[in-house]
Amino acid sequence: MSAALDIQGLTTRFDTRGGSVTAVDNVSFSVDRGRIMGLVGESGSGKSVTGFSILGLIDEPGRVTDGRVMVEDTDLRSLSPDHLRSMRGRKVSMVFQDPMMTLNPVLRIGDQMAMAVRVHEPMSKTRALERARDALGTVGIPSPEERLAAYPHQLSGGMRQRVAIATALLHRPAVIIADEPTTALDVSIQGQILAEVRRLADETHTAIVWITHDLAVVSSLADDICVMYAGKIVERGTAEEVIGRPRHPYTRGLLDSVPGQHAPGSHLPQIPGSTPQLSHLPSGCPFRNRCPRATDVCATTPPLARFGDHTALCHHPMETT
Amino acid sequence: MLGFVISRLLQAIVVVFAMSIIVFVGVYAIGNPIDVMIDPGATAEIRENLIRQYGLDQPLWRQYITFLANVAQGDLGRSMVYNTSVTGLVFSRLPATLELVLVAITIATVIGIPAGIYAGYRPNSVASKAIMALSILGFSVPTFWIGMLLIMAFAVELGWLPSGGRGDEGTIFGISTSLATANGWSHVILPAINLSLFKMGLMIRLARAGMVEAMQTDYVKFARAQGLPDRQIVFSHVLRNISIPIVTVFGLELGSTLAFAVVTESVFNWPGVGKLIIDSILQLDRPVMVTYLILVVILFVIINFTVDIVYARLDPRVRLGGSK
Amino acid sequence: MSDVATTTGETLAEPAAAPIETRAMRLKNFWSDFRASKVAVAALVVIVTLLLLAFGAPLVAPQDPYDMAMLDWLDAFLRPGEVGTGGYVHVLGTDNAGRDMLSAIFYGLRTSFTIGLSAGALALVIGISVGLTAAYFGGRVESLLMRIIDLQLSMPAILLALVLVAVLGQGVIQIILALVVAQYAYFARTTHGAATVERGKDYIEAARATPLPTWRVLFKHLLPNVLPPLIVVATVQVAAAIALEATLSFLGVGLPLTEPSLGSLISNGFKYIHSDRYWLSIYPGIFLMITVVAINLVGDQVRTVLDPRHAR
Repeated sequence: MSAALDIQGLTTRFDTRGGSVTAVDNVSFSVDRGRIMGLVGESGSGKSVTGFSILGLIDEPGRVTDGRVMVEDTDLRSLSPDHLRSMRGRKVSMVFQDPMMTLNPVLRIGDQMAMAVRVHEPMSKTRALERARDALGTVGIPSPEERLAAYPHQLSGGMRQRVAIATALLHRPAVIIADEPTTALDVSIQGQILAEVRRLADETHTAIVWITHDLAVVSSLADDICVMYAGKIVERGTAEEVIGRPRHPYTRGLLDSVPGQHAPGSHLPQIPGSTPQLSHLPSGCPFRNRCPRATDVCATTPPLARFGDHTALCHHPMETT
Repeated sequence: MLGFVISRLLQAIVVVFAMSIIVFVGVYAIGNPIDVMIDPGATAEIRENLIRQYGLDQPLWRQYITFLANVAQGDLGRSMVYNTSVTGLVFSRLPATLELVLVAITIATVIGIPAGIYAGYRPNSVASKAIMALSILGFSVPTFWIGMLLIMAFAVELGWLPSGGRGDEGTIFGISTSLATANGWSHVILPAINLSLFKMGLMIRLARAGMVEAMQTDYVKFARAQGLPDRQIVFSHVLRNISIPIVTVFGLELGSTLAFAVVTESVFNWPGVGKLIIDSILQLDRPVMVTYLILVVILFVIINFTVDIVYARLDPRVRLGGSK
Repeated sequence: MSDVATTTGETLAEPAAAPIETRAMRLKNFWSDFRASKVAVAALVVIVTLLLLAFGAPLVAPQDPYDMAMLDWLDAFLRPGEVGTGGYVHVLGTDNAGRDMLSAIFYGLRTSFTIGLSAGALALVIGISVGLTAAYFGGRVESLLMRIIDLQLSMPAILLALVLVAVLGQGVIQIILALVVAQYAYFARTTHGAATVERGKDYIEAARATPLPTWRVLFKHLLPNVLPPLIVVATVQVAAAIALEATLSFLGVGLPLTEPSLGSLISNGFKYIHSDRYWLSIYPGIFLMITVVAINLVGDQVRTVLDPRHAR
């Protein structure tokens, strides 16, 4: 199985008044066809910026400064702007967090989707609308024909997110970046969408990068997990490994602070402190001033600890429990 | 939609009524027009007669009632200076103003909106900065001064265009207008440019602000993620969205341009209603002032009303409100 | 990217009364941001220079244009650079009454600034009072006041001022009054808009719950927080007042030539534009334009700097 998406050393910086800030720091991972990779982190960890960096959609004052983004056999970063544009939507697409905002409020669903169809495959509007209708059917939208004529505000949040996913799927891309697509939805709707996405990944062999802060979501959905902290991937492995046997103290802390696994009434463990500002990171391991296992050696750059395919960026990785 | 229209209509009527009282009282507080009208050597008897003839001896509220009764019959009074029906006078001047405003607004829109959109699309380019600098000039430099410069440059120094007045009239589609003749155009072009600059500055800012905001929205990012080229994003996605505030302001500005024409018409000696109102203020011609001001109020009410309707037509969220 | 925005833009909720050094620092930050635009700094220098020339007019102007005894008909229509009966060079020429244009312009600037600044200040005070009253009391008071203001704002200021001057008559005080009535609504709306946003915040609720008098809550708590947008409106409105006064004077309903403002000077000069005596209108016009544009440029930069979205 060849990787649908293979990222090596991706680095994105933002030039701010306080100097240059590295929002994505030497990030590497790959996702095979039909697999779902959960990219987990708190807000500010750089997970969304990673998503936008993959598509080459970073606006000023940010820019991707280094790395390779291979989609199937093409390095997106080596392409001309126009060639890169032609890859977006066709080979790699994206779904956003807030379905209320991602669709243009003044255009009909069908028109928006037909535009997305025809930009990569010239065809008549009628045929494009048929494609859009079929795509809506694929993501489980009832009576898709009628939805084409609707405006976004006439649909519920869950329906809109399905429309967005259908739009992303129009060209059967190799990769979909999903940036917290269920965060803004009700829990019951979230469950439906997750099931739908799992089915789509299996059926269409699309590789999915699922960006989220919610470990519970990712543990039920993803095949592999990357945990991001302060722009770096601090732990990587299969979902089973990372959830079952976390190696990085940060991952451990995240897992412990998920409610519901502890006895009712017992004290909920939490990670002390808050996400550091990227412009004021501690030297060495960025997590060390919140870490229960930190020692003096943590002020130096942490090594990559390997446990088979499971890796953690840590001086003192957790023992197997 | 019908309920919306009716409630707006009622509001509008109340506003017009209230404004007519304010205008009436305000204008009637201005000195005694009789002193301006008659020869200072006239006898007290002639004076008294005139005052009675115009009903100026009556208390103010009675004058207002009389005025309303006359308005109900379509009579807004007679000009004290021109001694003709005010309605006739105003309407005879209106076409000149309308054609001036029309040309000015067209110039402002055709140049201002694309320039603003460009400035919003590439906010950091040199051209955008030049456009923004021009827009600051456009609405901070007083209109009359620019008008004067235009006359000095194109009429006095270069002698290309006439310095004032309205040109020959011709007929298009049965409407008599100076826009039908080349001579008419040569007269209208300078004042129209003059009148358009302020609006152009405004349109530029508006289009730019809308553009900058729209380019940051998720739906534009989503369209980019689908691989749509920027040109298509701007024309198919963004323009539709930013046209809503632009149409709103366009409508409002149409009204204020009519009022603003006062200055341009004075500079270029353009025989429109703006020139008429200045003359009537200087000559204390009360009935003309009252008529003009009430006309302006009605105009503003109509424009606001229309803008609301157009707004509702353009924005499906308003148009289909309640169908969720 | 939203991630970055939340981290770098994250600031702790500030207490209602900011500590002194924070305020000083904010001022310093403001200045360093303001300085980023060379154009705006240049405009500020121009404004200060013009203010000095205007209010130092009796010291720097070669002649007192108000003093009819000093005017000599022999000096009428001297071209720029010619020497008149006074024995000095009329750098910008003289007008039809033999008035030295340069002196007239300096004195005119003084009148224009006086009118613009006092109208702006008065409109600011009245506008703030009306806006805060509406926002603080809410309910009927608010809807009535704001209805009036909206109605007034839908009318162009020039028209309102024109009618008012016609009602009130000519003169400096009358013009200032007309401008205040025409302009206070902008301040009122801005204050009201900003204050309604602030009203919903907890610290106002907290202040209202204490037995502080109403005016204290309004002026000590609400006002400082609605100040930034008002500063922007104030700069723009002072420029607008100066331009409006000039326009009224040009139209013949403003100030008479015996009290020269830039507008009345231009108006006087306009009569002679067909006779090649351009200096009567061009020079006061240039000063007017520079003044108004400079104030607007400064206002524009202040707006950019104070814009909360201006995070760099």
